[in-house]
Amino acid sequence: MLKNTDSQYGYFNIMAHWLTAVIVIGLFCLGIWMISLDYYHPWYKDAPQIHRSLGILLALLIVLRLLLRLFMPVPKPLASLKRWERITSVLVHWSMYGLVLITIILGYLISTADGRAISVFGWFEIPATLTSIPQQADLAGELHYYFAVTLLILVGIHALAAIKHHFIDKDTTLLRMLGRER
Amino acid sequence: MSKKTISPFLLATLFLVVGNATAADYVIDTEGAHASINFKFNHLGYSWLSGTYKTFSGNFKWDAAKPEATVINVEVDVNSLDSNHAERDKHIRSDDFLDVKKYPTAKFDSTSVTPIKDNKLLVKGNLTLHGVTKEIVIDARPVGEGEDPWGGYRAGFEGTVTLNTVDFGMPGFVPTNQVHLELLIEGVRQ
Repeated sequence: MLKNTDSQYGYFNIMAHWLTAVIVIGLFCLGIWMISLDYYHPWYKDAPQIHRSLGILLALLIVLRLLLRLFMPVPKPLASLKRWERITSVLVHWSMYGLVLITIILGYLISTADGRAISVFGWFEIPATLTSIPQQADLAGELHYYFAVTLLILVGIHALAAIKHHFIDKDTTLLRMLGRER
Repeated sequence: MSKKTISPFLLATLFLVVGNATAADYVIDTEGAHASINFKFNHLGYSWLSGTYKTFSGNFKWDAAKPEATVINVEVDVNSLDSNHAERDKHIRSDDFLDVKKYPTAKFDSTSVTPIKDNKLLVKGNLTLHGVTKEIVIDARPVGEGEDPWGGYRAGFEGTVTLNTVDFGMPGFVPTNQVHLELLIEGVRQ
């Protein structure tokens, strides 16, 4: 089953979800690690290059997911969910979409602050647009960090909620995102 | 009073007046960008990396006949550092190096100017950078002076000085810990 139904996630959605999870967490760890590197570290140049490239690819993936939601609605929440659970899940889902996009835009503004384009693994380039904000790289850099941390906090809440549904509520919330809904 | 006693007195007065009139005040022409503060440092021991401070202001007193009476004061907006690579500038501005949030300005106030041979000047003064004030000596030279085509009068100088980043409380980024400053200064007489 490739497409979502009313009660089940299709494989396309499931893959996009877990790919996003891996890239978001990977980018966060890579980002924290790369800013700690000494100038003479062998990865000092390549780590940020990979981080930038993956960030752009993640933006494309997120935009693709948002577009897909227009044509292929996600399954309805389980009927067993309480009202506050439905409300917070919607809030957390859309906040994560918003935060991930804002974080990527801020990252883009760091790397392109001097008019340089971002080369995505050498495959294609994303040109600079906004370059005239005073100390743009510094300001965007600081915000990029705080937005990324906030995003990761929400990712944590999202993951804890999934674990709660699986082990405490014993419902199929997590299982259906694994494609194993009975 | 006889004429004999008046004349030397008048002459002396005249000399003083003229002497004062030529020790003119100049404002560094940052408005027209006829001045720059450039830096370069060694990259990995293999090459030079250069950049500039885009925003600074200053003034000086200058009289070609009395170079030792020269006084110069310059204030630099350290934030305005530009090495033509935003991410590198961000790194140099960070607390790894210049810590511009804590120390947004650098300033130089001359304490003495000594003319030496070949029309050169040794400009001694206090440089405050990264919150540390140290005496430095700039090797300087007047480039030229005279009327400009627009009704003003300008005087220009060039100078170089090598700073040790460790002296100013910064880590040694480059193999040599040295930053070379090139000062190209043009002032407009007020």
